[in-house]
Amino acid sequence: MFFVAPMVLVLVYSLYTRVGGALDRTITFANYERVLGTPVFRTALVNSIEVTLITVVVSVLVAYPVAYSLAYRVPPRLGRVLLILAVLPFWTSYVVRSYSWLLVLARSGVVNRTLLEMGLISSPITIANTRAATVIGFVHFFTMLMTLTIYASLVQIPESYRKAARDLGASGWRTLLHVTIPLSLPGVVVGAFLTFVLAIGDYITPQILGGASELLLPQAIVLQVQRSADFPMAAALSMVLLGVIALAYLLSARRFSLTTR
Amino acid sequence: MRRLGRIVGALYLALVYLFIFLPVVTLMLFSFQDGRVPVPPFRGPSLQWYEALFANTRMMAALRNSVVVGVVSAAIATLLGFIAAYGVARYRPAAARAIRGILVVPIAVSYLVIGLGLSIGANELAVGRSLALVVIGHVVINLPLAFLVVLSQMGEHQERLEKAARDLGASEIKVLVLITVPTLLPGLLAAFALSFTLSWDEFVIALLLTRFDVTLPVEIWSSLRTGLDPETNAVGTLVFVLSIGLLALTYLVVARLSRRRV
Repeated sequence: MFFVAPMVLVLVYSLYTRVGGALDRTITFANYERVLGTPVFRTALVNSIEVTLITVVVSVLVAYPVAYSLAYRVPPRLGRVLLILAVLPFWTSYVVRSYSWLLVLARSGVVNRTLLEMGLISSPITIANTRAATVIGFVHFFTMLMTLTIYASLVQIPESYRKAARDLGASGWRTLLHVTIPLSLPGVVVGAFLTFVLAIGDYITPQILGGASELLLPQAIVLQVQRSADFPMAAALSMVLLGVIALAYLLSARRFSLTTR
Repeated sequence: MRRLGRIVGALYLALVYLFIFLPVVTLMLFSFQDGRVPVPPFRGPSLQWYEALFANTRMMAALRNSVVVGVVSAAIATLLGFIAAYGVARYRPAAARAIRGILVVPIAVSYLVIGLGLSIGANELAVGRSLALVVIGHVVINLPLAFLVVLSQMGEHQERLEKAARDLGASEIKVLVLITVPTLLPGLLAAFALSFTLSWDEFVIALLLTRFDVTLPVEIWSSLRTGLDPETNAVGTLVFVLSIGLLALTYLVVARLSRRRV
């Protein structure tokens, strides 16, 4: 009830418009036309999708080798301890985590200070308040999530499969490419989908780390609410956001059924 | 060749762990900074920022609000999740699959959109923004998890125990109180703790639905406007330690209860 009613309201509101400070309850698609017609909103949508896709790809690439080593290369006991360690910072408060990255990436922060002292750079480089900072913040969070889902699917693969491949003469790399990776794809897809959904709907990380450098969709939504109190526009943008998520779901669901068949 | 691979692997792991822990360690270290900016070089250690934090009435009020919202919303979510899971598992309604689907959908919807919907709803009903609304919002996001956690703990083992009790003449209420709830206790506790940590950490819904009575993440958020501040480090460290502590405690209690049950 408390979930469905607000969702319906968002949908209905997205069809209203706001005219001169008052709500006009005529049903219209004007807001959606504005989303696609206004460069600001269009760019926000494109930016969001770009940042999210980069995040998903980089997180998979970083997390897969970690999950693989923890599942196969280190002794099981150590692997479990390392896994718990790997997801420990997951439990820092979300706002605080982004702030921590600000500490690390700021002009006088840890990274700049270290690079300066090593003599690798001569003046501080700007990382905070750029897209790179947003992506770093995202990748940090989602590497932990992805390590967990990939690890879970890796340990489910019976060891005999990989042994059989080796016995039949496959090299280590071929076993990895043709047996292990395909069998662990469900974990990758689940992790990637979760990452996509959470990253594209997140307001905090881009707001704190990306700052005003570029606008992402959630920032545009909050701006509509807080700056101009334009609920209909915010609702229309939210529906677009949900549409993108639904699309991602359909794509990953198809991929998923292909791999399990 | 093999050894080289191992070394590269170990190096890679070390790098990723450095990446994962760098911000947390930086945060914690500079909460003990003896100076006004939480950036290198480190001077200290000093507890002055923790003193400042405990003297900060706004932060402390936000902390109390967060605890209240967390406990209330987690309790409601766990109760509703239990009822839903019990219904789906025991009475196996024809629409069980659909019910499960509907209960789980909110997971895939951004918190931002849920917050926006509730905020519009409150406007329509002319209800002011308040902590009560935040509780509702947090129940919405926590219910799916509580439901799934409790459902995963419902096995045939309990169903047989319940049947036995009923055959021995126990009333439905007695079965529920004496058999179902005690056997499900670990699951219920886990659901409660998980819901509490999520609510405790949730920001966007709380931002959209409160005005003056804010929760801790929102208060931290507004303190960020003043820039880098060791007091923010201190409160961040405190929140982290509390969350980890709560989870560890839950894990130990749940593990103990589950062992005793078998």
